[in-house]
Amino acid sequence: MPVIEARALTKTYGDVHAVDGIDFDVASGESFGLLGPNGAGKSTTMRMIGGTSLRTSGTLLVNGLDPETHGPEVRANLGVVPQTDNLDTELRARDNLIMYGRYFGLPYSYLRPKADELLAFAQLTEKAGEKVDNLSGGMKRRLTIARALVNEPTVLLLDEPTTGLDPQARHILWDRLFRLKEAGVTLIVTTHFMDEAEQLCDRLIVMDHGKIVAEGSPADLIRRFSTREVLELRFGSERNAELVDDLRHYADSLEPLPDRLLLYTEDGEAALARVRADGHTPMTTLVRRSSLEDVFLRLTGRSLID
Amino acid sequence: MTDPRNPSTRPGSDPAGGSAGVDLADSNTLAYSGRALPASIQASRVRSLGWWYQAEWRLIGMRAYWTSILGSALLTPILYVIAMGIGLGTLVDKASGGVDGVPYLTFVAPGLLVATVVMSAANETMFPVMDGFKWGKLYFARATTAASPTQVALGELLAVAIRMAAEAAVFWLVLVLLGAVNPTTSVLMIPVTALAGVAFGAPLMAYSATVEQEGYQFSMVQRFIVMPMFLFAGTFYPLSAMPGYLQWIGWISPMWHGTQLARAVSFGLPLAGWEVAVHLAFLGALAALGAWLAVRNFTRRLQR
Repeated sequence: MPVIEARALTKTYGDVHAVDGIDFDVASGESFGLLGPNGAGKSTTMRMIGGTSLRTSGTLLVNGLDPETHGPEVRANLGVVPQTDNLDTELRARDNLIMYGRYFGLPYSYLRPKADELLAFAQLTEKAGEKVDNLSGGMKRRLTIARALVNEPTVLLLDEPTTGLDPQARHILWDRLFRLKEAGVTLIVTTHFMDEAEQLCDRLIVMDHGKIVAEGSPADLIRRFSTREVLELRFGSERNAELVDDLRHYADSLEPLPDRLLLYTEDGEAALARVRADGHTPMTTLVRRSSLEDVFLRLTGRSLID
Repeated sequence: MTDPRNPSTRPGSDPAGGSAGVDLADSNTLAYSGRALPASIQASRVRSLGWWYQAEWRLIGMRAYWTSILGSALLTPILYVIAMGIGLGTLVDKASGGVDGVPYLTFVAPGLLVATVVMSAANETMFPVMDGFKWGKLYFARATTAASPTQVALGELLAVAIRMAAEAAVFWLVLVLLGAVNPTTSVLMIPVTALAGVAFGAPLMAYSATVEQEGYQFSMVQRFIVMPMFLFAGTFYPLSAMPGYLQWIGWISPMWHGTQLARAVSFGLPLAGWEVAVHLAFLGALAALGAWLAVRNFTRRLQR
């Protein structure tokens, strides 16, 4: 039985179709991503999974139960990390974990040692007695993730887990999440960061305007919707647009961005050599592997972070 | 439904790997220690007692400002007794021989108790409620636990009621120590006052749950509802001293209904049985209506 089973899942706010009839399954132990720009419907989907947003139509089962009719049963199996930290700033770090556990009906005799283990996992042992307001952004994020684990959920919902964090803090978090995945926890992650999706997700759906535009593993999506390599050329912001037609035949496809041209090709270096041989003189060049960013650009014609 | 918490179904439980920091064995235990209650038990406990778990931590959260709670409960009656009993009271008693057949301090003490606690209830159900939705967003955190939005609302209301009862108890004790009330049936002022607090706090909480902006509405509530009620709802003088066209302010305020009951139990203000019934029914109905609206508004906002 899949952990999550969504069919024609829809959420409308007035005339806006936030989630527009999507279907997906998530298997137990899988690390599943919802990728898309802001407003694609990722967070709304997450909230419907927890039963904290009522769906407009469609069906949704979490561990075989409808979150709208079996909210307590569904949520007792979920750990939720919301997009913005909503820790209790009046309490100390450790008390935040205990308090949250209390809301699941867990006894203090379980919660006290559990809180200490979670603080160790989140590398916050020294901050146990610190007020939440005195923690850095990365620490607050780790505390929120620790809090989501207090009821030992089998499914962890992470809504943009590393948005707003510096690179080091992101890597610490990814490491913690990877450990949880290895321990068998099902991860469901929304993100608009390609590197995050590639790091964390076994499989993902790409969402845009409330719809699923593609589904697969990161490698699979890159293979299907992009080429092996990408050649990035910059000619200066005025000239980029002028050269689109001239350069198109050097690659399988070309995506113009305001600041650069992306040439999709199996062999970036070879394409670059041909571009140069024909007398074009880009200001800067870069050959790189294709990423999910390119998949998204290809699927929607827009870059992910505007 | 099969319980996914069976450790044998969870992969990766071999304690081999591990690097710096927490090793892999620990993260396995962390994800599944076997000590937590099974999800089905968590859910059933929360279904029956979730309202209390919610209230419990709202009360514990009040520790952050317990000095101001206790200070207000201790200091307010002392200041009022000095000002009203010794200051104003002397004047009133000399001029008219008291109010309703008792010294002014005896008359005014129950009113001050009810008024102070009702105003505390107003404070607890305005900005803290808005904060839960808008700034700290703690209600959204609570709604992601096994609890339901109804339990979040009712737990919040219960915590406010408990705080009101505690504040009323301290206030009452100080009044007794200062000789402003007799320590006999006047102890019933504590539940009466808490009821008046909830009768005002519950509808206000329901309203606060709908506030989306920065809360400037709350200063309007303070200025045009709480203050007039404090001044015109019979706290400082009997409602009958007011011209008839202003007495309705008392009739519709929980403060007046609570004060009348408090006077009856503290110095035996003669109330007919039907009057007691009306006061209780008014307060009870307002509390129930407010609770119902609060549940509705909390649910709407937490399930948007």
